Amino acid sequence: MTYSIQIKVMPLKELLDPQGKAVLGGLANLGLASIKDVRIGKHITLEVEAGSAEEARAKAEEASKKLLANPVMEFYEIELVN
Amino acid sequence: MKFGVVVFPGSNCDRDMYDALSYELGMEVKMLWHKDKDLSDFTTDDCIVLPGGFSYGDYLRCGAIARFSPLMQSLGEFVAKGGKVLGVCNGFQILCEAGLLPGALLANANQQFICKNIHIIGEEGQVLQIPIAHGEGRYYADEATLDALEAGGQVIYRYCDAKGNITPAANPNGALRNIAGICNAERTVFGMMPHPERASSKALGNTDGQEVFKALLLNAVPA
Repeated sequence: MTYSIQIKVMPLKELLDPQGKAVLGGLANLGLASIKDVRIGKHITLEVEAGSAEEARAKAEEASKKLLANPVMEFYEIELVN
Repeated sequence: MKFGVVVFPGSNCDRDMYDALSYELGMEVKMLWHKDKDLSDFTTDDCIVLPGGFSYGDYLRCGAIARFSPLMQSLGEFVAKGGKVLGVCNGFQILCEAGLLPGALLANANQQFICKNIHIIGEEGQVLQIPIAHGEGRYYADEATLDALEAGGQVIYRYCDAKGNITPAANPNGALRNIAGICNAERTVFGMMPHPERASSKALGNTDGQEVFKALLLNAVPA
């Protein structure tokens, strides 16, 4: 069956995220001063043909590790939707 | 020694690289298409150059898709044999994504694309004026990797001021330890963000870039 998988790719927590910083400045200009931090990553959805949820997750894991995220600068979280 | 300049979809510094190596330095240069697999023309005395640009539109991450080009598979074997590789700008990003050099190039700290002349200082203390043109050039690696690069003499260029002082103010993109270029432990794979090919012609008023090619590749004493 086909499994829907969502992958969150985020810059490593210790890394400066210039994009998030620029957006934080924009939010402050809107008067939303209570927002103290913004970090911006990627949201990737996959449709995976697999025999089981475990197999689908394993494929997504391989995809994330080998291409979708770069472990030098990013971490990822995989979520199985169905 | 001859050179091969690789063209990826989205490369835009390939002709400048050809001109610098061929017309300015008088080297034999062959253009290579990213779908070429055959590098048998090239020996370990030769150098494959990955030029700057926006390969595959910088999709996903800069250089992330280019590493799957057929030529990149052959390039891995070429490097394993001891062949030389130089990656400039996007070429440097591709080498990091391919795992041929450690670390990664992140978005510039000021979140801007920066295109201007800057100064870099080489291993022999030579200060050169070379242009940069990138949005993602902030060299990053973990502390252990950075220490290993420094201990192994693998930092080939750092951003500096006109007098050669390595200062935070002279760092255009927030690169860790002002790193502008590195090489592998074997000194066969070189990557740098500044564009020596854009500073190699007398007609354009700056030939400092020629010194880069000479220092890294042409005058280099074989190990």
